[in-house]
Amino acid sequence: MTDYRMHILICGGTGCKASESNEIKEKFNHFISEFDLEDEVQVLFTGCFGFCEKGPIIKVLPDNTFYVSVAAKDIEEIVKEHILKGRPVKRLLYKEPVSGEVISESQDMDFYKKQIRIALRNCGFINPENIEEYISRDGYMALGKCLSEYTPEETTNIIKDSGLRGRGGGGFPTGLKWEITRKVESDQKYVVCNADEGDPGAFMDRSILEGDPHSVIEAMAICGYCIGADTGLVYIRAEYPLAIERLKTAIKQAEEYGLLGDKILGADFNFKIELRYGAGAFVCGEETALIHSMEGLRGEPTVKPPFPSVSGYMEKPTNVNNVETFANIPVIINKGAAWFSKIGTDKSKGTKVFALAGKINNVGLIEVPMGTTLREVIYDIGGGIKDGKEFKAVQTGGPSGGCLTKDFLDTPIDYENLLSAGSMMGSGGMIVMDEDDCMVSIAKFYLEFTLEESCGKCNPCRIGNKRLFEILDKVTEGKGTLEDIDKLKVLSDVIKDTSLCGLGQSSPNPVLSTIANFEDEYLSHVEEGKCPAGQCKSLVRYDILEDVCNGCTLCFRNCPVGAITGERRTPHFIDQSLCIKCGVCYDKCKFNAITVN
Amino acid sequence: MPKIKLAENTIQIIKDICAEFDNNEGELINVLHKVQDKLGYLPAEVQEVIAKGLNTSVAKVYGVVTFYSYFTMIPRGEFPISICMGTACYVRGAEQVLSEFKRQLKVDVGESTPDGMFSINCLRCVGACGLAPVVNVGDKVYGRVAPTQVKEIIAEYRKGCDSDNVKSA
Ligand SMILES: Cc1cc2nc3c(=O)[nH]c(=O)nc-3n(C[C@H](O)[C@H](O)[C@H](O)COP(=O)(O)O)c2cc1C
Ligand code: SF4
Ligand code: SF4
Ligand code: FES
Repeated sequence: MTDYRMHILICGGTGCKASESNEIKEKFNHFISEFDLEDEVQVLFTGCFGFCEKGPIIKVLPDNTFYVSVAAKDIEEIVKEHILKGRPVKRLLYKEPVSGEVISESQDMDFYKKQIRIALRNCGFINPENIEEYISRDGYMALGKCLSEYTPEETTNIIKDSGLRGRGGGGFPTGLKWEITRKVESDQKYVVCNADEGDPGAFMDRSILEGDPHSVIEAMAICGYCIGADTGLVYIRAEYPLAIERLKTAIKQAEEYGLLGDKILGADFNFKIELRYGAGAFVCGEETALIHSMEGLRGEPTVKPPFPSVSGYMEKPTNVNNVETFANIPVIINKGAAWFSKIGTDKSKGTKVFALAGKINNVGLIEVPMGTTLREVIYDIGGGIKDGKEFKAVQTGGPSGGCLTKDFLDTPIDYENLLSAGSMMGSGGMIVMDEDDCMVSIAKFYLEFTLEESCGKCNPCRIGNKRLFEILDKVTEGKGTLEDIDKLKVLSDVIKDTSLCGLGQSSPNPVLSTIANFEDEYLSHVEEGKCPAGQCKSLVRYDILEDVCNGCTLCFRNCPVGAITGERRTPHFIDQSLCIKCGVCYDKCKFNAITVN
Repeated sequence: MPKIKLAENTIQIIKDICAEFDNNEGELINVLHKVQDKLGYLPAEVQEVIAKGLNTSVAKVYGVVTFYSYFTMIPRGEFPISICMGTACYVRGAEQVLSEFKRQLKVDVGESTPDGMFSINCLRCVGACGLAPVVNVGDKVYGRVAPTQVKEIIAEYRKGCDSDNVKSA
C-alpha cells in the first residue's frame, strides 16, 4: 500500500456486508471525490476484523483508528473531521464496557489483547482482491522458499516438526498425513481443500477464504510440492458466494503472476487449482463423502481404509486438509517449526480460530493460542454474557460436540482436554448459552440437524437418531418418563458404536453431554412437567400479575395473536386458549408484571 | 404432481448446459447447479432431460437431487424467505421468528404461498451470527429480527409489488 496518504479499510465480511457496508463504501467514495481526495485516500474492502458484534467496522490507516457500529450517515463526519482535519470521531470509537475507557486502536481492546493471529493474520489488514497486498506481507515467500531451498521431504519435515494438527475437527497430525500421501506411488495425486464448513453456527473457514484467499492457495501449492500432486481442488459450499468470488479472483491473479500454472517460479513444479461446489449436505464435510460428492455422486461416506491418502479422488492418492489448517502452513515455513511449536500446549500446538456466538456480548471471530481457558475466551475476549444473565453452558464441536458447564470454565482448550471433558474441538464453533436456554431443547435441536443430515446408509444412524429425537421431543412436551432417560443413554451408546462415519459416531454426543451435565433439567421435565429455562412451549404458561400490571398496554399492542385484553390503566389479561407462547409480552413488559411458569 | 410440459427452448437450455460439461456423468452436480441457476428449480421433467444429456439413469439424477438440500424440486416464491436455523440464531430466538413467518403466510417450510410471492425455507448459518437471528429475503439480509417485525418485513414486499416497483430479489 503505497502512494496514498490514508487508507480506509471497510469490513467486507458477510456479516458486515449484511449491514450496510456496501452503502458505506459508496458514501466514502462520494465524499472523497467531493473533497478532491481521490489521490490521497484509498477506500477498500478487507476481510472480517472478527469483531462482528459491533459491525460494520472501519479502520483508518496509518492512524490505526478503529471505528465500530458505523452507519452510512456517519461517513460525512468521518471524512470532514478525521480525514480532512485529523480529528478522530470520538463517538464512533469503541468504549470498553466495564472501564468505560474510549479506545481508538484495536490492539488495546480486551477483545484483541489475548488473541494471537496466525491463520487470521491478514484478515482485516489487506484487500483480499489484490495479490500485491498479500505479497507485501510475505505472501508467496514460503512457496518460493520451499521450491528453491527445500526438498519435498524437508518441507514435509518442517510441518511434522511444527506439531500442526488438522483444524477440521479430527486433529490428525498434518505433516504425517502429507508424508503418508507422499510415500504412496502414483502417476497422479490430488490436494483437496475442505471448505464445506457444515457446522451450523460457524464461519471460520468462510472468513479466511473471504479475507485471505491467497494464504490457502499458497499452502495448497506447497502441499502439492510435498506430496507430488499437480492439481488442487477446493470443495466449497455453494452457499458461500462471496468466498467463491474472492477465491476465483485470487486463483486468476496467482496464475497471472506465475504462482500457479506450469514451472512455478522457474522450478520444475506445476500446480493448478479448481473449484468444486457443495450443495448443502453436512455429511459431505466427511472426507470420503466429500470425495464422492466431487465425483458427482451422492455424498455417502465409505469405509476407511482405504484412506484418501491411498485411494481418494478418482481412486488416486488424495490429501484432504481443512481451510484453517492450510492457512497456518505459509507462516510455519516462514518462521520455522520451532517458533510454531512454542505456541500452545504439550500436544496441541499453535492457535485455534473460533466463531464465538450465542448469548455473549462480543460475538465474533477469534484466534487464541491452544491452552487458553474457556473462561478467558468467554469473559475476557467475549466480554461475558449478554444482558447480565447467568452463564449456563458453552457448546463446542457443533453437532458432534457437547455442552460444558461452568465447572469446565478453567479448562485449557486443546484437543485432549475438550475430549476428556465430554465435548470436542470440532472445527471451531463455540456457542455460549445462558439461563434462558433449555438443555433438553438444545439436544433436540442438534438431533434434528443430524437427523436431516444423516446420509441414511447405516440403520443405527438413520433410524436410531430419529428415535432419539422422538424421545427428546416427548420430554420437551412433558410426556417423558424416567425410563426414557435411560433409553436415551443406551440408544446413544449403540449408535456411537455401530455407525460407519464420524457423523453417526458422534451424533449422540449432544444428548449424552447434556444428560451428564444437566441431568436435573431432564428430571424437572420428566418428573415435575416443568422446563426450568421456560423455553419448552408445551410446559410454559404466561400470566399477568394483577397487582403489578399498571395497564400500560404495551403487551396488548405487541401480542401477535391478540391474546391479550384489557383497558388502559387497568390490569391486562392473557387468554390462554389464544396464546401461542411466543414470549413477546414477557420481553416487552417493563414492569416485570408477566410471569413464566 | 401434474406433469409439466417443458418448452422447446427450455429443453435446449438444459441440453446446452450438459454439452458445456462434455456430457460427462461425473459433472452431474455442476450441471444441476447451473440448470437450477437458470430455471430456478429442478422438477422431474427437467431431471429426465439431464439424465438423457449425461447418459445416465433418471434414478441417479433423482438420487443426487434429493440428497442435497441446495437442490429443490418445487419452485421458490418470487421473494424466497430463508430463515437461518444455525445454532447462534437458534439460541437467539430463530424458532419464534420462523413460526411467526409460518403463521403470517400460512405455509410450511419448503412451501410457497398460493400467489407464488413467498416461500419459506431454512438455512444453516449464513455467517452473520453477530446479527442473529438472521432472515434473508432474496439477497437482502435482515439482522436481529424479532417476531414482531415479521409482519413489517412481509408488508414491505407486498407493498413493493402493488406499486409495481418490485425490488429485484
Ligand atoms: C460428519 C463430518 C463432518 C465434517 N465436516 C467437516 C467440515 O465441514 N470441514 C472440515 O474441514 N472437516 C470436516 N470433517 C473432517 C474431515 O473428514 C477431515 O477429517 C478433514 O477435512 C481433514 O482435514 P484436517 O486434517 O486439516 O482437519 C468432518 C467430518 C465428519 C465426520
Ligand atoms: S453414520 Fe450416518 S451419516 Fe455416516 S455413513 Fe452411516 S448413515 Fe451415513
Ligand atoms: S406490558 Fe406489563 S404493565 Fe404493560 S399492560 Fe402488559 S403486563 Fe401490564
Ligand atoms: S447461525 Fe445464523 S448466521 Fe450463523
